[in-house]
Amino acid sequence: MATNLSVDHPRPRHKRVLPGLGLSLGTSLLFISLIMLLPMAGLVMQTADMGWEQYWSVISDERVVASYKVTLWAAFIASIFNGFLGLLLAWVLVRYEFPGRRILDALVDLPFALPTAVAGITLATLYAQNGWYGSILESLGIKVAYTPVGIVLAMAFTSIPFVVRTVQPVLEELSPEEEEAGMTLGASDWAVFRRVIFPALWPALMTGVALSFTRSLGEFGAVIFIAGNMPYVSEITSLMIFVSLQEFDFPAASAIASVVLMASLVLLFAINLWQARYLRRLHGR
Amino acid sequence: MSGNKHKMRVGDSPWVRRTLIGLTLFLTFILLVVPLFSIFQQAFMKGAEHYFTSLVEADTLHAIGLTLVVAALTVPINLVFGVMLAWAVTRFEFPGRKILMTLLDIPFAMSPVVAGLLYLLLYGNNGWIGSWLYDQDIQLMFAWPGIVMVTVFVTCPFVARELIPLMQQQGREDEEAAVILGASGWQLFRRVTLPNIKWALIYGVILTNARAVGEFGAVSVVSGNIRGETNTLPLHVQLQYEDYQAAAAFASASLLAMIALITLLFKAFVEWRQERSLKIESDKEKQVTQ
Repeated sequence: MATNLSVDHPRPRHKRVLPGLGLSLGTSLLFISLIMLLPMAGLVMQTADMGWEQYWSVISDERVVASYKVTLWAAFIASIFNGFLGLLLAWVLVRYEFPGRRILDALVDLPFALPTAVAGITLATLYAQNGWYGSILESLGIKVAYTPVGIVLAMAFTSIPFVVRTVQPVLEELSPEEEEAGMTLGASDWAVFRRVIFPALWPALMTGVALSFTRSLGEFGAVIFIAGNMPYVSEITSLMIFVSLQEFDFPAASAIASVVLMASLVLLFAINLWQARYLRRLHGR
Repeated sequence: MSGNKHKMRVGDSPWVRRTLIGLTLFLTFILLVVPLFSIFQQAFMKGAEHYFTSLVEADTLHAIGLTLVVAALTVPINLVFGVMLAWAVTRFEFPGRKILMTLLDIPFAMSPVVAGLLYLLLYGNNGWIGSWLYDQDIQLMFAWPGIVMVTVFVTCPFVARELIPLMQQQGREDEEAAVILGASGWQLFRRVTLPNIKWALIYGVILTNARAVGEFGAVSVVSGNIRGETNTLPLHVQLQYEDYQAAAAFASASLLAMIALITLLFKAFVEWRQERSLKIESDKEKQVTQ
C-alpha cells in the first residue's frame, strides 16, 4: 500500500486498480450479442437461404430501385439543406447573446424528442392543401405534401439536430487569436470566415451532415405520412420493406433490408473512421 | 461570445449580427415552433370536451397503458446496460474497445423498420428461435414482449452515450483513490461515481424514456397493430389519423408532444446546472490563484 501512495511513483497505467472489468464488460458483451449481433446473424441466415438469383431479382426490382433513388436523393438534399441550416443555428447559438437563446438551444433538440409519427402527422397536416403552409404554397403553385419534396422536408426536420450538435462544440472551442489577427489586418468578415473559421469547422460539419444523411436514409415514421407513398414516385425503401412484410413475403423484406442495413453499416463505420482520423489530427498525435 | 470589448471577431458587426439572429429566429419559428404549436391547436380543434373524451376512449387508454408498461420495462434494462458499458469503456483499456463503441451506434444508424424485421425473423413463428418457442407455446412477436424487445434495441445507446463523454472527461483519479482507501465496488459506485454522473444519468434515462414512448417504425413491424391489444400510443396515433379522426389523433399526439417538451425542459435544466457548477469551480480556482 505504502509504495502505491508514494509521490514519485508513476500512476500505474497498466495495473488495474478499479474493480468490475469482468462484470461490466461481460454484461455489455452479452447484451450486445443478444440484442444486436444475434438478430443481425438471423438476417444473414435468412438471405443466405435465398440463392443469388432470387436475391438479385428482389433487390433489382424496378419499383425497389425507384425507391432507392427517391430515398437517396431526398436524404442527400435534406442533409445538404441541414448543413446550411445547422451551421447557421450553431453559429448563432455560440456567437451571439440574445433573449431567448436558451429556449432556442433547447428547441433544437425537439426533432429528437418528438416521436416520429407525431412529426409525420403534424407536417402532413401543415403542408396539406388545406393546411396553414400548404394553402400558402398552393397559391404559389408549390406542392409539398404527398410529393418527394415532402419526403425531403420530413427527413430534414428529423435530422437537423445532428448537424447543430456536432458543429456547436467545435465552434465553442475555436481559439479567437487567428480570427482576431485576420480582423486586425483588415480582412473582411467573409474572408476570415472562409480562410480561418471554415477550415477548422468543416470536418465537424461533414460529420454532422453524414450523420444527418444516415438518419434520413432510415427515417420511416415522419416520412410515410407526408410522402403519399406513390409507387415509383414517392415510396422510400423502408416502406418497401414494410409492404413486403405486410404481404408476408419475408424473403423479399429480408433482401431489401440487407441492402439498407449494409448501406447504413458502411456509412456508420466510415463516419467513425473519419472522426477518429480527424480527432487524431486535432490532438497532434 | 461578445465579451471581448477591444477586438472584433467575425460577425460582430451589428448588421451581420442582427441579420443572422433574425434569420435563425424566423426559420426556427417556421420549422419548429409553428409545427409544435399546431399539434395542440389541432388537438383542440373540436373543443376541450372532445379532446378529453377522445383521450379517455377505451382503446386510447389501453394504448397509453401499454406504452407506459413498455417504457417501464425498457428503461431499467437500458439503465443497467448503459452504466455497465460506460464503466467498461471509460475505466479500462482493452482490445476491441473502439469496435464496441461503434457497435453501440448501430441502433442509431439502422432504419427502425429493419430493426423490427430482424426481431421478426428471429423470434417470429417461422424464425430460428421463434419456431422453437412456438412449440413451447410462447408467442413473443405480435404481442407486448416483442414490442419491449425492439424498444430495448432501439433505445439502448442513449444512457451510455450520455455517460461516456462525461466519465472520460472526469477521469479515474477519484475512483482509484477511493479503491486505495479501501472502498468496495458498490461503495465506490454509490459514493464516488454516482454523485459525479447523476445528472447525465438522469438525462440519459429521460431520453431513453422519450424514445421508448415514441418509437414507431420498429414497433409497428412487430406489434401486429391489434387495436386495444398491441397498439402503443404512436401506433394508435397512426390508426386514428388514417381513420380520419384527425382531432383524436392529435389529442393522442399531444400527450407524446408533452413528454417531448418535458424532456427538452429537463435537458435545459441539466445544462444550466452543469454550466453553473463549472462556473463555481472556475471562480474558486481564480480565488485560489489570486
